[in-house]
Amino acid sequence: MVDSAVMATKPLWLLAELTYRCPLQCPYCSNPLDFAAPRFKQELTTDEWRRVFREAKALGVLQLGLSGGEPTLRPDLEQLVRAAHELGLYQTLVTSAYRLTRQRLAELKSAGLDHVQISIQAADTELSDCIAGATAHADKLAAYRYTKELEFPLTVNVVLHRRNLHQVREMIRLARELGAERIELANTQFYGWALYNRRALMPTREQLAAAWAVVEEERARPGNTLEIVWVVPDYYEQYPKPCMGGWGRSYMTVTPAGEAWPCHAAGRITTLQFANVRERSLEWIWNESDAFRRFRGDAWMPEPCRSCARKDVDFGGCRCQAFLVAGDAAATDPVCSLAPHRQLIDDAIREVGQEAEAWTYRAARNSRALASRE
Amino acid sequence: MTTAPIPSPADIPRVAPKARLQWDEVRRRHVLLYPEGLVALNPTGAEILELCDGQRSVADISRTLGERYAAGGIERDVQDFLAGLTAKGLVRW
Repeated sequence: MVDSAVMATKPLWLLAELTYRCPLQCPYCSNPLDFAAPRFKQELTTDEWRRVFREAKALGVLQLGLSGGEPTLRPDLEQLVRAAHELGLYQTLVTSAYRLTRQRLAELKSAGLDHVQISIQAADTELSDCIAGATAHADKLAAYRYTKELEFPLTVNVVLHRRNLHQVREMIRLARELGAERIELANTQFYGWALYNRRALMPTREQLAAAWAVVEEERARPGNTLEIVWVVPDYYEQYPKPCMGGWGRSYMTVTPAGEAWPCHAAGRITTLQFANVRERSLEWIWNESDAFRRFRGDAWMPEPCRSCARKDVDFGGCRCQAFLVAGDAAATDPVCSLAPHRQLIDDAIREVGQEAEAWTYRAARNSRALASRE
Repeated sequence: MTTAPIPSPADIPRVAPKARLQWDEVRRRHVLLYPEGLVALNPTGAEILELCDGQRSVADISRTLGERYAAGGIERDVQDFLAGLTAKGLVRW
């Protein structure tokens, strides 16, 4: 949440995807389908990340997300946190907490880490580990306790889909018991692995209505201090989400091997060319690169966006979704009820209600198999 | 989230541990940073928060600012400002 429009002309947020290696295999992972490809292999060094952080701060970034893959797999994470802290960046570690020890968290705390976000896949161990494709739930519960003992602010993050939406109340209860400040109930956004597994993950309208009723009830519970964030399931919405607060307006992602993207899904847009921080400064990338300029502002907009009263509210929606679903990154986000491609979304919703399909886990072997098929 | 009541003059505010007040050189203004967000502050807001040291009460803060600017009647503004941040969990009492 950002209060003031004056903040919106320079980047505020940097998502640093430190690695795409991950011990979990969640089938809705937002990482690219081809995360195991050479394009992402040559990870930035400690010094290269330090330079990225310096350039980001100079450009206006104040919030840094340390993500992945699993960021704690980087042995230099403490060094990176210390460097970012010295620059005055407010840092969130986005982690699965797999095998994360109290000792490591304590070291990250003393290095200057501000906030920890730990995912869970479901409210109980069996389903959680089934979704993660790894024995991870017990580690997460332990790590939640460590973060509270170490006095970190804590966000519990859950990606919601047809296999776990019925557990929303238990998830909220768990977050309260753990002493979390926030729970992020993020309905699956269909990019990357989630798009590939869409038929297995897509919830029904009834499931969503029931979960939303629980959220409203829990928010209104007397004495509630837990912030309950509900990320909307945009396929079921009338209008698109204001994706990233607008293309190239306040947000950038740097991938493990240094490509800079306007959001963490943008790398799939094959009609854009992405500069690499190894070759270009972040300032050049933000101000001059084609990828960041292409959909900035509203000059690129087709109808019905161009003359739409909502164009300053949702910025034409999501460019990645337009590309992935409609085949054209400059099209109106197909989830919009006014979009010429809305039918494609309705078709995807109509498939729901049939028996849930098995999903394909996010795993290097599957990534390589899919890449070779493409 | 529950809405916060207006604090009384004797109440003692402090910035919540999860929030950090900071000068942003790029935008030439103070910001209050917190998990997944920030509040862009005007100069008065920043001065109020700098005085939220866990020692001073709302009355103390208002008096200090009043003396600094030779102005009166700002207690209500201080109360409203802090109530707004309390509702966001960024100020505690």
